Amino acid sequence: MIDSEHNVSAAQACPLGSVQLGFKGRISAIQPANGSDHSVNGSDRPVEDLESRLIELGFVEGAAVEVLHEGLLGRDPIAVRVDGVTIALRRREAMAIIVTPAAESE
Amino acid sequence: MTAVEGLSTWHLALIGTPNSGKTALFNALTGSHQKVANYPGVTVERKAGTLQTPAGRSVNLIDLPGTYSLRGRSPDEEITRDFVLGRLATEPKPDLLLCVADATNLRLALRLVIELKRVGQPMMLVLNMFDIASRRGVKIDLKQLSAELGVPVVTSVAVRRGGTEDLLRQMDGMAANAATRDENSWKPPSASELRAAQREADRILRAAVAQPAPDTMTGKLDAVLLHPVAGLIILLAILFVMFQAVFAWAKPVMDLIAAGFDGLGGMVHDTLPAGLLQSFIQNGVISGVGSVLVFLPQILILFLFILLLEDLGYMARAAFLMDRIMGSAGLHGRAFIPLLSSFACAIPGIMATRVIGDRRDRLTTIMVAPLMTCSARIPVYTLIISAFIPDQQVWGWVGLQGLVMFGLYAIGIFSALAVAFVSNHFVWREHPTPPFMLELPDYKLPRLRSVAIGLFMRAKIFLVRAGTTIFSMMVLIWFLASFPRPPEGATEPDINYSLAAIIGRALEPILGPVGFNWQINVALIPGMAAREVAVAALGTVYAIEGGKEAADQIGQALANKWSLATALAVLAWYIFAPQCASTLAVIRRETGGWRWMFVTFAYMLVLAYIAAFATYHVAVALGAG
Repeated sequence: MIDSEHNVSAAQACPLGSVQLGFKGRISAIQPANGSDHSVNGSDRPVEDLESRLIELGFVEGAAVEVLHEGLLGRDPIAVRVDGVTIALRRREAMAIIVTPAAESE
Repeated sequence: MTAVEGLSTWHLALIGTPNSGKTALFNALTGSHQKVANYPGVTVERKAGTLQTPAGRSVNLIDLPGTYSLRGRSPDEEITRDFVLGRLATEPKPDLLLCVADATNLRLALRLVIELKRVGQPMMLVLNMFDIASRRGVKIDLKQLSAELGVPVVTSVAVRRGGTEDLLRQMDGMAANAATRDENSWKPPSASELRAAQREADRILRAAVAQPAPDTMTGKLDAVLLHPVAGLIILLAILFVMFQAVFAWAKPVMDLIAAGFDGLGGMVHDTLPAGLLQSFIQNGVISGVGSVLVFLPQILILFLFILLLEDLGYMARAAFLMDRIMGSAGLHGRAFIPLLSSFACAIPGIMATRVIGDRRDRLTTIMVAPLMTCSARIPVYTLIISAFIPDQQVWGWVGLQGLVMFGLYAIGIFSALAVAFVSNHFVWREHPTPPFMLELPDYKLPRLRSVAIGLFMRAKIFLVRAGTTIFSMMVLIWFLASFPRPPEGATEPDINYSLAAIIGRALEPILGPVGFNWQINVALIPGMAAREVAVAALGTVYAIEGGKEAADQIGQALANKWSLATALAVLAWYIFAPQCASTLAVIRRETGGWRWMFVTFAYMLVLAYIAAFATYHVAVALGAG
């Protein structure tokens, strides 16, 4: 059920944590190690936990995302619409979500 | 309605994601037949209620804490998991799980249903807020949804009369079919299992539900309310209005209650013969309970705001707006809700920190929660402000008294952020920052009935507390102020010979430098039971000392006996002082040991002393001594 624009070149893919307000696209991968510095403690559990949390809030590969709002300081946190559900999260954790921008026509 | 003989009592539990309207449904089903207690051994709130189905079966209904999964990251979520799995020794295995979902927002709920199915308990999916979904053009094929999920589906409109009839009928139907229980095959799902479940949920959603465009009203409101600048200004304005309302709206009712208790005291005074019993009833019992009850209106107004904002869906927005500001102080955006609740009382606030999964974030929040100006401080602040701050307008429209009140709140908030910042940089340097993730639900109009039930439950909890802890403290303070009796031929007022005076004078060398007299010292001791008790204690102390005239107007008595510098020092003391034994007990319970309780007690006491000392000496230097 991964849509066709998922196949765009990897060069366009970027972490959700670094995109601008108003960004529209789809999730291509979840890479929890990017959104967490827990691994420095030598335990993988928090990394897996971040991944589970993100999935429980609907961040799965193929889901449509749109960045709706951002905070005042450091444009953080962000409010993201994920397949119809609005989730607030910090850019730091959003770095774990790899997205590809929607084609202009979408 | 009476229960039909021969039908056993049914045990049902409501489970669902946060914002599913679960609590509104619980309120609609059980009305005021609710009991709030704690699960044994933990401080998770156990909300239970009773109802009857149309067939006359009586049902015990439990409202489980909201969760997105059974992984159990926080104590609340662990209770939900253990309850569902039948692992709680004190709770019967539920006969039926009612999984509540917001019909306008099914995506995450369907994944939870798929996970819950593995537990093997009989289950029914309740599509709540079905009216809003229909109005918005969400088309749900109930038959197909039920077939795809393999569980019965029923619709409900929790907020409307008759909106739960279908649900109640279906419950009887389920009972008649004696729903079977399957093997429990649940285990904590791995990330890939979660992914597969969400894919399955998305597939079912596409097959059974036609989704219209997202709610445009929420989008339009958020464009303003979540605007980086305008949103923050609006949030501050809401808080400001909240505190002006707490101060101004409650006034007439408070005056009425105060007059009522005065009348009652007068009646007792006239009826009973002069002596110990008369003094006990009038000065110990009636004026003690009265001066606590009088603040119920303020607590109700504050909770009215909190409940309305929560039901409206604004609380999550407030957390979003505050996250970075709180984050820069080392607090989680989610800490905003516990800290806001701490404005009513630090105890529910500290208990609400359970929504924060990470221990470090939680401990920081717990430690600073008592710095938030709780409603128990309002009596103390109100008393001193109305006695010492002139009732006049500044800039033509802002009341000076309200402004001072706002300032006290602001200092509390600022200190909480400062303490969190310091602890973040010195205590927690080694710990990584945990994540902030929160669903922002669509805005919904709060329904008065549900808010009213919530308010009623809060009032009940407050009154029970006022009726027990505070009452027994009032009897104790009356005893301290009345015994030993003065010797024959005593020239000074009775209280100068009492135990209270002995304790108060013993504390004078320590508290003298911050401008406190011994009457204040006396009031501080029972004030440890609950801050508002200090007001009643001052009342008792001055009432016994000065007779009935002083009891009528504690404030007036204070204005005559205290300097402005002393009054300001008491205000400063009350911003910081750990003047609440119940809060300390809850901290000990929530953190699982004495350590954090002592840390909190010590740092607050030090801050209180410094603040009162500085305030007193600055005020004296400025000529307010």
